[in-house]
Amino acid sequence: MGHQFVLIISATIFCIGTAGFLIRKNPLIMLMSVELMLNSVNFLLVGYSSFLKTLDGQIFALIIMTVAAAEVVVGLAIILTIFRTRHELNVDHINVLKG
Amino acid sequence: MEPILAPESIDLVSIAPVLVLTVFAMGVMVLDLFAGKSKTLLAFVSIVGLLMTAISAFAKVGLPVFSFNDSYTVDHLSVCFILIFTLSSALAILISIDYNDRENIKAGEFYSLVLFCTVGMIVLASSTDLIMIFLGIEIVSICLYVLAGIRRNHLKSNEAALKYFLLGAFATGFLLYGMALMYGATGTTNLISIADLIKSDGVKSEPLLMIGAVLLLIGFGFKVASVPFHMWAPDVYQGAPSPVTAFMAVGPKAAALVAFFRVFAETLPEISFFWETLLVTISILTMFIGNLGAIMQTNIKRLLAYSSVSHVGYILMAVLVKNTLGSASLIFYMVTYAFMIFGVFAIIIMLGRKGDENLEIEGYSGLGFKHPVIALCMTVFMLSLGGLPPLAGFVAKFYIFNAALQEGFLMLVIIAVLNSAISLYYYLKVIVYMYMKEPVREFQLSITPITLFVVALAIIGTIQLGIFPDPILSLAQQ
Repeated sequence: MGHQFVLIISATIFCIGTAGFLIRKNPLIMLMSVELMLNSVNFLLVGYSSFLKTLDGQIFALIIMTVAAAEVVVGLAIILTIFRTRHELNVDHINVLKG
Repeated sequence: MEPILAPESIDLVSIAPVLVLTVFAMGVMVLDLFAGKSKTLLAFVSIVGLLMTAISAFAKVGLPVFSFNDSYTVDHLSVCFILIFTLSSALAILISIDYNDRENIKAGEFYSLVLFCTVGMIVLASSTDLIMIFLGIEIVSICLYVLAGIRRNHLKSNEAALKYFLLGAFATGFLLYGMALMYGATGTTNLISIADLIKSDGVKSEPLLMIGAVLLLIGFGFKVASVPFHMWAPDVYQGAPSPVTAFMAVGPKAAALVAFFRVFAETLPEISFFWETLLVTISILTMFIGNLGAIMQTNIKRLLAYSSVSHVGYILMAVLVKNTLGSASLIFYMVTYAFMIFGVFAIIIMLGRKGDENLEIEGYSGLGFKHPVIALCMTVFMLSLGGLPPLAGFVAKFYIFNAALQEGFLMLVIIAVLNSAISLYYYLKVIVYMYMKEPVREFQLSITPITLFVVALAIIGTIQLGIFPDPILSLAQQ
């Protein structure tokens, strides 16, 4: 297992996350795709941390997890309010603002 | 492995502004319980907090000071920006008092969120570590997602919050991947060490570093709304409550630009050969798309959103300049921009009334005859945004263009001047509507002393900085 292995795996997960975000129309699934992207970053950071023998990467990964949790809380609250007013969750139909 | 944090580098005085403002933000949240129906008291407590923060920015002498293992910096740039943030947040709170009353936004946490957001901006502007930059960006963003959607029963506000949240989180992914690659290439997250490493040995041609830098460019591009990552800006600016829009257009954008400056101009100047071309392209596209987009708008908030996109195009030139001249012009531009934007939004809020915000430009027809003073103020702000002398907008643009010229960006400056001329078209359109068209509707202004005070302050700032820019300019240049 070398640097390349970690890099390739994390890049693959990151691309899956990006593709999921761009293709799916449900905000919940889009949020999960973003989480996938963040997890690929965590994987990369922890991998490099063990190769480079510095702890910065692992600290960074812990902070990312914490912040991601906070972000998800706010995101779910926003999605919930949208669902309450509209009773559906397709991002293609949420288009009052345009021009 | 060495210890992560040396005890002697924990210097609480250096983070005094962050601590003071955090205490006030939490205090406001608690006070909300006892404040009753009217939240005006909270607004004034918040403003006192911002004032104290501005004072505590001078707690450290003998700048620059590095603390927390060089991850937090107190230098001239960060002190100046702390002052800009506190000014812009205070103005945002002042214009929101009347607006929140009128639009029935009864949430006391509004003010608390503005303060927390300002804490994030201070962290962002003072950080010299990738982890700290990430933390700062997230503190700012999470507060803004909530603020954009603070009108829970309002369809547009909800939509703005959702769009902002999804795209913001997506952008964070790119930003983080870029940071992780940079860490992988250099073995550290500290910007100062990264800069030293690039200077001293061969990581210059490391492909991971370059890919990381490009991903960071994308991430920051989203946060400052530069083309092609500007798509969220018009929708979010239109849907968010007006004071929040004004707040978003100045403070958080300025904070992201400082971090942009720190990463690219201060840390990666040695490998500028590859990001410079990219950034020049982004800057040119941002100006053109921002200005051309604004021409077609009929809603004043959308127009200002596109105009703010184009202003980011000009400001990115300051990052390209890469030296103290660049940072000084960045500081001066953001000060003048804060005055202009808060002036315009204070007037926009005045022109609306409960349930009818009057945001179409057509609705401004005939304002010049009915309310000449307000129309005159609006004219001054519009001309200043367009960059006409002798107003502040002109000096700010002149200064930034001059800095870019000295670094040899001749073509870029020519294009920027051309764009400045294009932008006059839509700023003048508003003035034409106010003075040369018959009124299409009744004006029912909601004028309050506080909003008037903000307009007066903004007018004084815009004219003062246009005619006598020297005090602020010399302060920025120090």
